[in-house]
Amino acid sequence: MKLRITNHRSTLLIAVFALAGGLFLQACGGGEKAVAPEAAMEAAPGNGVPVKAAFIYVSPVGDAGWTLAHDKARLVVDELPYVETAYTEAVPEGAEAERTLNQYVRDGYNLIFTTSFGYMDPTINVAATSPDVTFMHCSGFKTAPNVGTYFGRMYQPRYLTGMIAAKMSKSNVLGYVAAHPIPEVIRGLNAFALGAQSVNPKIKVHVVWTQTWYDPAKEREAAESLLDVGADVIAQHQDTPAPQQAAEKRGRYSIGYNSDMSSFAPAAHLTAPIWHWEVVYNKVVEQVHTGTWTSSQYWGGLADGVVGLSPYSDLVPQDVRDLVEAKKAAIVSGAWDVFTGPINNQAGELWVPEGEVMSDGDMLGMTKLVEGVVGTIPK
Amino acid sequence: MRLELRLERSRKLEYLVPVVSVLLSLVVCAVLLLSTGANPLAAYSAMLKEAFGTSYGITEVLVKATPLILCGLGVMLAFKMLFWNIGAEGQLHMGAWGATAVVMTGWDGSPWLMIPAMMLGGFAAGALWALIPAYLKVKLNTNEIITTLLLNYVAILWVAHFIYGPWKDPVSFGFPMTMQFPEGAQLLRLAGTRVHLGFVFALVIAVALYFIQEKSRWGFEIAVTGGNPNAAEYAGMNAGRNILLVMLISGGLAGLAGMVEVSGIQLKLLKDISPHAAPYGYTAIIIAWLARRNPWGVVLVSILMGGLYVGGETVQITMKLPVNIVLIIQALILFFVLGGDILSRYRLVFDRPGQRPKKAALSGG
Repeated sequence: MKLRITNHRSTLLIAVFALAGGLFLQACGGGEKAVAPEAAMEAAPGNGVPVKAAFIYVSPVGDAGWTLAHDKARLVVDELPYVETAYTEAVPEGAEAERTLNQYVRDGYNLIFTTSFGYMDPTINVAATSPDVTFMHCSGFKTAPNVGTYFGRMYQPRYLTGMIAAKMSKSNVLGYVAAHPIPEVIRGLNAFALGAQSVNPKIKVHVVWTQTWYDPAKEREAAESLLDVGADVIAQHQDTPAPQQAAEKRGRYSIGYNSDMSSFAPAAHLTAPIWHWEVVYNKVVEQVHTGTWTSSQYWGGLADGVVGLSPYSDLVPQDVRDLVEAKKAAIVSGAWDVFTGPINNQAGELWVPEGEVMSDGDMLGMTKLVEGVVGTIPK
Repeated sequence: MRLELRLERSRKLEYLVPVVSVLLSLVVCAVLLLSTGANPLAAYSAMLKEAFGTSYGITEVLVKATPLILCGLGVMLAFKMLFWNIGAEGQLHMGAWGATAVVMTGWDGSPWLMIPAMMLGGFAAGALWALIPAYLKVKLNTNEIITTLLLNYVAILWVAHFIYGPWKDPVSFGFPMTMQFPEGAQLLRLAGTRVHLGFVFALVIAVALYFIQEKSRWGFEIAVTGGNPNAAEYAGMNAGRNILLVMLISGGLAGLAGMVEVSGIQLKLLKDISPHAAPYGYTAIIIAWLARRNPWGVVLVSILMGGLYVGGETVQITMKLPVNIVLIIQALILFFVLGGDILSRYRLVFDRPGQRPKKAALSGG
């Protein structure tokens, strides 16, 4: 039930909602919190609150990556009978986003997903003035009574793709096109390198930082510079398939990210660590519907299914698949996780001692690279 | 077919061209909207209503217009003497940097001291940045279109260096931004809205520039120098000094735009202080041109542009239009204004092949 309202009708709707909401609040003596005005209008199917969910995207849906992954999940929850969704794409990070958030609040949306780190403060600010609206911010660390956060342990499938990349490499050089030098990206890069080294200790991972999430031209150039230094598998923490295409053009392999990117570079794309945000969205939408939502910080992994691998390309041999599946099973069962010692830092000093597992806090604040990564973190 | 210079420019045409250009761009965009299946009239009326039909919309339009007015006034002044300052974007970034530098000293004092210090810091940084191409122009006669444009990229990288490095908020988890400014460094806002004092500064400066430009001797010098530098020199005006002064103010105003944006809206320095889809510094060029290099025009056109942003954003939500429609309208406006400008200065003359134009046709009209 995708919403497509004309201007005229939306005015009418808002007016009706406002009126109904006012009557409703009067009827129950005012001050019933967390009940959206729409509840008064419709005798809701089931006995929950209808959910009007808005999604704020940092890039166009057509980015074929990060935002597309969110939008696919939006379409999944949009199928639910009690859910309406809407989205705005290419919303700038920073205070500009506040206007878009306010607009959705004013249009009667009762659940807003903000899907990029840079929306953290705008989300907190708008949430402070909109206590009846539930906000979910992706990848941040600030919460409020009506703001929760959600993210996924992408480092787990990244480790698995590192194993595949190393198995497919002949030059022992892998290339990694990285976005911003922030812990999320550093963690993924380190996990990829550790996965690669687990099957081939000689492997080196060269990294180039683009300092942007979304810039096809820059991403392609970065990938080309990595191909030039001999990388024969390109992985990426970027939102477009441009690095994939660069790898395919040179007849090398690639590991995608965010969504299945195989259609953009069928001859190069081996697999991709991808998001299944519907795991989160289904749950949150239901909680808001039933009034059971409370603010929390969600960080799920392979076990929850919020992250995973896209289907293997035919290029990946069966023995490699078996190896990866075995490791995946160990992670899913909780028997083992990626940042388990011994791990050395880039300088070769012991970072995580044998048998120790890095804490979530240390992982979330990761600012160092592991041994075998070639490149520095821009200062 | 060829272009002929009009001997006289009509005053009427001067103001008619921008209006007709805007209308034409709306017509062309309507065709585009139709092709996407949207109803253009509904889209335009929704944009108008969202931007100017609600008090919330109006306040947000003013928020958007504030940096545009300041940058637009700066660009206007430079354009007045035909100095093509394409560098407002960089000067804005430097201004934001200069204002932030004041905060980054660790000073947490009264706004009565901090805000003026930040304004000074922002103005000075923007002015210094603009003086580089001005000086190069005066001393080496470099092309200012190239130097001002290229310095934009340097300024953006300069800001990036600080927010990725020395000024990065230690608790931002590595994300490139400074800590939130202390309250003394935040511009006063109109209660319940995001309209801040910067809008008042912008209006005051527009008034001041009007008097400088229209009523002062120096304003006359700028206009003369722009019109004919040789004549200006001959009349004893110092063109070099005027270029430096004009760019000092032009860059300073763009710098002030950066200051009010970080101090009034963002409350911190971060990467996207200017929206990258339609950066303030570049939009200011369109504004100065549409405004006929007139300060009142700059204020008016900036508010209209702000309305285009705000209205465009909301029709994205209510009508599910792609974000690019607004950018296309903006681009079309500029396209038609520049095209219209040529037609107001030149006329199209159609020659029949093999037939030389008669003398009468040349001087007619």
